[in-house]
Amino acid sequence: MYDLIVVGGGPAGLAAARAAAEEGLQKILIAERDGEPGGILNQCIHNGFGLHYFKEELTGPEYALRFVRMIQKTQVEMKLDTMVLDVRPDLTVSMIGRAEGYQVHEARSVVLAMGCRERTRGALAIPGARPAGILTAGTAQRYVNVEGYMVGRRVVILGSGDIGLIMARRMTLEGAKVLACVEIMPYSGGLARNIAQCLHDNDIPLYLSHTLVDIRGRDRVEGVTAAKVDDLKNPVPGTEFTLDCDTILLSVGLIPENELTRKAGISMDERTRGAYVFDNMETTTPGIFACGNVVHVHDLVDYVTLEGERAGRAAAAYVNGGCGSADARTIALRADGDVSYTVPQYLRLSGEDAGSVPVFFRVRRNIVEGTVVVRDGDEKVAAFTRKHMSPGEMERIALPLRLLGRVRAGELSITVEKVAS
Amino acid sequence: MDRDVAIIGCGIVGAAVAYELAHCELDVEVIEKENDVAMGTSRANSAILHAGYDPAPGTLMAKLNVEGLELAKKLCGELNIPFRECGSMVIAFTEEEVEELKRLYERGVQNGVSGMRLLSGREALKAEPNLNGETRAALLALSAAIVSPWEYALSLAENAVANGVKIRFDSEVTGIDRLEGGFAVHTASGTVSARCVVNAAGLNAERIHNCVAAPSFSTLPDRGEYFLLDKSEGHCVEHVIFQCPTKVGKGTLVSPTVHGNLIVGPNNETPRDASDTATTRQGLDDVAHMAKKSVPSLNIRESIRNFAGVRAATDVDDFIIRHVDDTPGFIDLAGVKSPGLTAAPAIAKMTVALLRECGLNPVEKALWTTVPRPRRFSEMDADEKRRLLARDSSYGRVICRCETVTEGEIRDALRSVIPPRSVDGVKRRCGTGMGRCQGGFCAPRVVDLLARHYGVSPVRIPQDRSGMYLLTGETKTGEALECTI
Repeated sequence: MYDLIVVGGGPAGLAAARAAAEEGLQKILIAERDGEPGGILNQCIHNGFGLHYFKEELTGPEYALRFVRMIQKTQVEMKLDTMVLDVRPDLTVSMIGRAEGYQVHEARSVVLAMGCRERTRGALAIPGARPAGILTAGTAQRYVNVEGYMVGRRVVILGSGDIGLIMARRMTLEGAKVLACVEIMPYSGGLARNIAQCLHDNDIPLYLSHTLVDIRGRDRVEGVTAAKVDDLKNPVPGTEFTLDCDTILLSVGLIPENELTRKAGISMDERTRGAYVFDNMETTTPGIFACGNVVHVHDLVDYVTLEGERAGRAAAAYVNGGCGSADARTIALRADGDVSYTVPQYLRLSGEDAGSVPVFFRVRRNIVEGTVVVRDGDEKVAAFTRKHMSPGEMERIALPLRLLGRVRAGELSITVEKVAS
Repeated sequence: MDRDVAIIGCGIVGAAVAYELAHCELDVEVIEKENDVAMGTSRANSAILHAGYDPAPGTLMAKLNVEGLELAKKLCGELNIPFRECGSMVIAFTEEEVEELKRLYERGVQNGVSGMRLLSGREALKAEPNLNGETRAALLALSAAIVSPWEYALSLAENAVANGVKIRFDSEVTGIDRLEGGFAVHTASGTVSARCVVNAAGLNAERIHNCVAAPSFSTLPDRGEYFLLDKSEGHCVEHVIFQCPTKVGKGTLVSPTVHGNLIVGPNNETPRDASDTATTRQGLDDVAHMAKKSVPSLNIRESIRNFAGVRAATDVDDFIIRHVDDTPGFIDLAGVKSPGLTAAPAIAKMTVALLRECGLNPVEKALWTTVPRPRRFSEMDADEKRRLLARDSSYGRVICRCETVTEGEIRDALRSVIPPRSVDGVKRRCGTGMGRCQGGFCAPRVVDLLARHYGVSPVRIPQDRSGMYLLTGETKTGEALECTI
């Protein structure tokens, strides 16, 4: 019997396991399906990781290694090349591994930290031929950074998610010509710093409100046709232009990988495509926690780590019997207007007054000079002003617990209002 | 002569003929222009074994559909090919369409189809609650089934090869000469001489025919586009749902697949040429629109892949299965459009009879080795998994996360009688890359396994057909500095 089984040894899982160990849990297992811990960080050889958490700039593998080293100093057990097949609501976990075969383990708590996967061409129904040379940016990143192979010479990036932007720079540095980055929305899906450092610095044009309307080539991509789109995202006839490329990298969104979560019968939020969670990252199934990109897609690994630590500490508290007291009050957070979702979706108050609860969310459009307003019914209970908010950047507010104790309704509404000029 | 029979084309028809001839004491070689089995129409279609009420009575299509259905089910059972007798429904929305259902029913009776019933709208909706509420009636055909078409063709070809049939890939036919008592078939990989030639070249059958004989039919390639939806939508319907057939085809269908997904399509449109399997925005929109008429709640946003297939239709409104005039020993199996997948094993039996008329006297072999499709890891229960892993740990390394395909299964495929030579070749045999991430995670690992198996650089591993290169070279190709410490 394990005190805690962590599903996934990426940044979220490593942080959760370490935090739980620090809280005194003795028997902790991380099940990682890859041959080494670190998750997707291992292929992110660019820098920019750890600015918030370590106050210094690290590469992905360096960031991962710091946590692997910390884990090595604890009693945490790590099973590599081991894939979890099932997490049951009674906290039994079945897994298969090269070394130990088929195993079923019981646990007192479980942390889900499976991360996310990339949206594909098929999910968008991009029309055209189906030659080789169309791949997601993350797959290309794996080939280039880990396997050591180039995926093309003349590249068009579809979508402006962060991995696509990072790969635009990587492919340029590796000697390929990146012709364009084509984004269907009127704003970029990635971080402003990546637009500047990856596209602008390399003179790669960014076509906002554009999409690909055709892909040509029989064996290998031979070219694409791009076009402007209208407000309903329909291509505008007459605006087409062709790009003579042999490769298309897709960076069109990430989807939390929640097959195990769904199979376990855990309630899912259709907006985040992750589980509904309380402020301690517990799901609706007692004893099962979730953190990182499996809950909602983050921009920065630093916040994944912090979320993992919250989940790990909460799992430890659960095992030690100090979590979810019977008299706790539940408050739902309702995302309204330009706020597309919140994580957590529920707060559970146990009478504590000190400190605050971090609430993460994204906005639906670019907003300059906006105020995040929290309301209890008609009453404004908190407001946070921001100079600029965009869908590509996750927002975070800290709700003071002393305010929450006074909430009358069963829910709080979170919305964004324009600052009166 | 090198061979008794040369079969040109290894789609479902060529593979079925090879399977049938492998039972006889004959020297047979299959010539395939691509690097794997079922690379044309056979892998990109609706994956249905049709009941047989569609074709006009008296046609070869009608006869071979009904005969083929029984044979196909028997084969799938024997060879462990995924298939499911889920039954089909043709639904009607108007009075005229209700009349059409009655005509289809009558036609089915004439064609010898069993297990048909006309349902009221209410009965249809009870059996399929997600159907359009306007459904007025339905023709239920219990004998219709779904199948994995590429695994079916592959399994037939594998069993043929395991029983002595030769197969040469990457061997496009460049010309055919008549010889005394046979033919010389020139291919990209050399010449094969054979007493008889079976033209099972699908969309290229017209070109092969015209190599030796006067033109007698024209190919009219007809493209159909599809959506494949995520397994979360796999139980949206339990039967194959057709709309009333039109002049050009059986219309847009919504159907479960044997792999647990939902398939939606096709439409009909004229491609640029027979190899043009591109999808179009208009075509996909049309398919989605048409399908929603059958199932209004269809969640097309859960699409994981789109594809198009090209039907090998001709200007003859039937299969063309016959001796070629003035060319003894040359048999056309052309114009095999729907229900070709269903009819294939019956076409094969008819081909053996035609070969007898050519003077071949096939005697049945005394020995036959059946090579069933291996059971997939993901299809096993916990106990079977535990036992398999205890025996061989390579089944404990998961290569494809979405479909839980293990390294052991890929290794087994690489050791099989027709080993895969591309990433998609592994996909067709093992199911890697069939899931939601569409190979994003597993493709680099599959490339690595293929490269190691064949002892070549990953740069040489194609996505699918030879020439569909994935990688363009190594990243850092400069010389490494010699270490002096």
